[in-house]
Amino acid sequence: MQDAPRKPTADSLRFEANPGTRWSDLTQPATLDHRQTLICALQAVLPADCILEREEERRPYECDGLSSHTQLPMLVVLPRTEEQVRAVLTTCHALDVPVVARGAGTGLSGGAMPHASGVVLSLARLNGILKIDPEACTARVQPGVRNLAVSEAAAPFGLYYAPDPSSQIACSIGGNVAENSGGVHCLKYGLTVHNVLGIRGFTIMGELLELGGGALDSPGLDLLAVTIGSEGLLVVVTEATLKLVPKPELAQVVMASFDDTGKAGDAVAAIIAAGIIPAGLEMMDRKATVAVEPFVKAGYDLTAEAILLAESDGTPAEVAAEIADIERVLRASGATTIKVSQSEAERLRFWSGRKNAFPAAGRISPDYYCMDGTIPRKTLGRMLRAIGDMETRFGLRCMNVFHAGDGNLHPLILFDANAPGEMDRANEFGAEILELCVKLGGTITGEHGVGVEKINSMCVQFSTAERNAFFAVKSAFDETGLLNPGKAIPTLARCAEYGKLHVHQGQIPHPDLPRF
Amino acid sequence: MDTALHSMRERIVAAHHARTSLRIHGNRTKDFYGATIKGDPLDTRGHAGIVDYEPSELVLTARCGTSLEEIALTLAKHGQFLAFEPPAFSGNPTLGGIVAAGLSGPRRAQVGAVRDFVLGTRLLTAEGELLRFGGQVMKNVAGFDVSRLLCGSLGILGLISEVSIKVLPLPKQEVTLRLPMSATEALAAFNRWRGQPLPISAGSWFDGATTVRLSGAPAALAAAQVRIGGDPLADDDAATWWNSLRNQTHPFFGNRTSLWRLSVPATTPLMAIPGPLAAEWNGALRWHATELPAEEVRRLASAAGGTATQWRGAGEDGMFHPLSPTVLEIHRKLKERFDPRGIFNPGRLVTGL
Repeated sequence: MQDAPRKPTADSLRFEANPGTRWSDLTQPATLDHRQTLICALQAVLPADCILEREEERRPYECDGLSSHTQLPMLVVLPRTEEQVRAVLTTCHALDVPVVARGAGTGLSGGAMPHASGVVLSLARLNGILKIDPEACTARVQPGVRNLAVSEAAAPFGLYYAPDPSSQIACSIGGNVAENSGGVHCLKYGLTVHNVLGIRGFTIMGELLELGGGALDSPGLDLLAVTIGSEGLLVVVTEATLKLVPKPELAQVVMASFDDTGKAGDAVAAIIAAGIIPAGLEMMDRKATVAVEPFVKAGYDLTAEAILLAESDGTPAEVAAEIADIERVLRASGATTIKVSQSEAERLRFWSGRKNAFPAAGRISPDYYCMDGTIPRKTLGRMLRAIGDMETRFGLRCMNVFHAGDGNLHPLILFDANAPGEMDRANEFGAEILELCVKLGGTITGEHGVGVEKINSMCVQFSTAERNAFFAVKSAFDETGLLNPGKAIPTLARCAEYGKLHVHQGQIPHPDLPRF
Repeated sequence: MDTALHSMRERIVAAHHARTSLRIHGNRTKDFYGATIKGDPLDTRGHAGIVDYEPSELVLTARCGTSLEEIALTLAKHGQFLAFEPPAFSGNPTLGGIVAAGLSGPRRAQVGAVRDFVLGTRLLTAEGELLRFGGQVMKNVAGFDVSRLLCGSLGILGLISEVSIKVLPLPKQEVTLRLPMSATEALAAFNRWRGQPLPISAGSWFDGATTVRLSGAPAALAAAQVRIGGDPLADDDAATWWNSLRNQTHPFFGNRTSLWRLSVPATTPLMAIPGPLAAEWNGALRWHATELPAEEVRRLASAAGGTATQWRGAGEDGMFHPLSPTVLEIHRKLKERFDPRGIFNPGRLVTGL
């Protein structure tokens, strides 16, 4: 099967083969002729009702969950079959048209923001659950299937799909794969990358790609791992094989109040240090509980500076033992009050505020900007103090909810887009939080993705050589650069421009290395 | 940059300029794995040591030459471990080798593989640049996940110089049960148990007996033991058993001229392959000592939705299952871009790359 040894081609191919530059301007429109040629070509491979041409049909696709970034796409297509997806890709490839794949459009980083001269490829109609295999504990699904629908279909077998992003009612599996979505249970059960066994999809050239599958490992490089979280830049997924896990017999949650956010942060570390991996470990500061309580009536202690929610799941005996351990550690860490859910209804109520933090932010403020940095847990206190200082400096409020167990922060910066200057200040506030995340040894995005939103912050986290390595991966899958251009990885030019506006403590990454 | 890293970098840059091949190695516990290749040996063991370890962060960062023994001892002091149980075989592998080989032990089906635990890496490229991917945090979606791409890469993309890896607390308690049964009965039992909330952390079938390990809270273990049945092994015997599978010191692996490792969907029924059989990973990993022609073994594995590695006795086609043309083309392009002059372990993972 494998070819004889082959001499590598010209060195110039290497990292300079940068597919990021050509289509990086998302607003550059196509010519009318080009659009008409594309429509004709697509009409030959798709039924008429799969092509949305009129502006009012295309308008709903102008943004995803990041509604501050909009762009009307040249065209929207809604194929029904895998063969139609392939045909769209080969057609766009032949005519040199960018393709932006889209799931449910719930993404928060603008990963599915359209391209003015491109096609939005909606996978919403590929929404079949192809097979639930209760013996293998797997589900084979199409990309348009909603995250929660997988767990619902698996429930009769006592199984569920573990990753549970807050948008799980609406978000689709294809989008989860593209973003490597997390949720509140990933400390114990992992992210999307840990729960997807295989994918089937197509390259921009329409070549079928099957990675992973029902077996636990595959030969060669782990291309499955690199495609998960690749934000639609490498492959369009048409099918995924998901791991299902047995539903625990019981889950209970402990809610603890703290009079100091630093103490709450230390309590998180103490739980982990005690050898406990809770099913979920979340934190909300007082600004967050005060905002959500009137909305959900969860019974949060509004006098507490921070509350922690720690969930335990397993057999009743196991849960009882773990809850006792958690309670003991929380008390020793200075918790002022501790409540344990006594029923499933109460457990869900305790969680309701956490799961509704984003809508609650929308209720108390005309606009909010949700951040997604991750930091080492031990730096939580430092980060919270810094955010407090930034609130004063930027003159904006910020409520904080965290996936504390894995150090993933979701500060919600509250602002009013109609008030002059507030949006810019919110953006600067956000960028400063992200830079601090990098400085503390963390990352600019834990689970929402880079998309268009955090593309400038990528210049802070990665050196030119590292970004070139990302482009090398990109071009190995997509030499044309047509799949979701202008997202996730900033070009050198873009970083240079950002750098002019923004000096990062006068430092470049790896100052000890010579630069070429 | 420390001296050892600096000198490895000089070697790499020189090799890149002279277009000569390098064969990266640590403690050479896995020399048998992948194709036998030519190249000047590049020893990574000088670049060793744990850089950062904070038990409450569940992350350990160490240089590539750090030995498994040192890591395991350090973690054990804080009641933690590498949950994917990398095989040591008959030696003391380095962290770089563990990640580059991507092999995982008996706990694989329950907790995941090496790639599921790697959070960040530093990669020394052909041009001598030190790149950092991922980091020390659990959740990180900034940029492509190159760190996981390096797991199992057998060094063909560059030298993995440092790794941040997720660690876990040791289970509160473990018990190993043995149940005599046939291979068919064992596969059926694994299928029955898989969908239940049982704390099974390893399941094997060797020599007419299923051996199952339970890990977790004492209460959960007691309940599971009642449901599964079988006889508990003494703690020492249990440790010996799982180590013998993890490190392949079990007699099943000894003195075989031909041995196949089949990674198949766990529910695959007993396969029509003559010769001795053993199973791990609750049925998802099958060892077949067979003289059946290679093409036939590979065909059967493919038909079952899996792949076959010729662990011992591989011929000219190499030990690994062939890649599909599209996947192979992506490999070729990745190699061209990361290592344009083909200096790193050429041919070890994929013929010609």
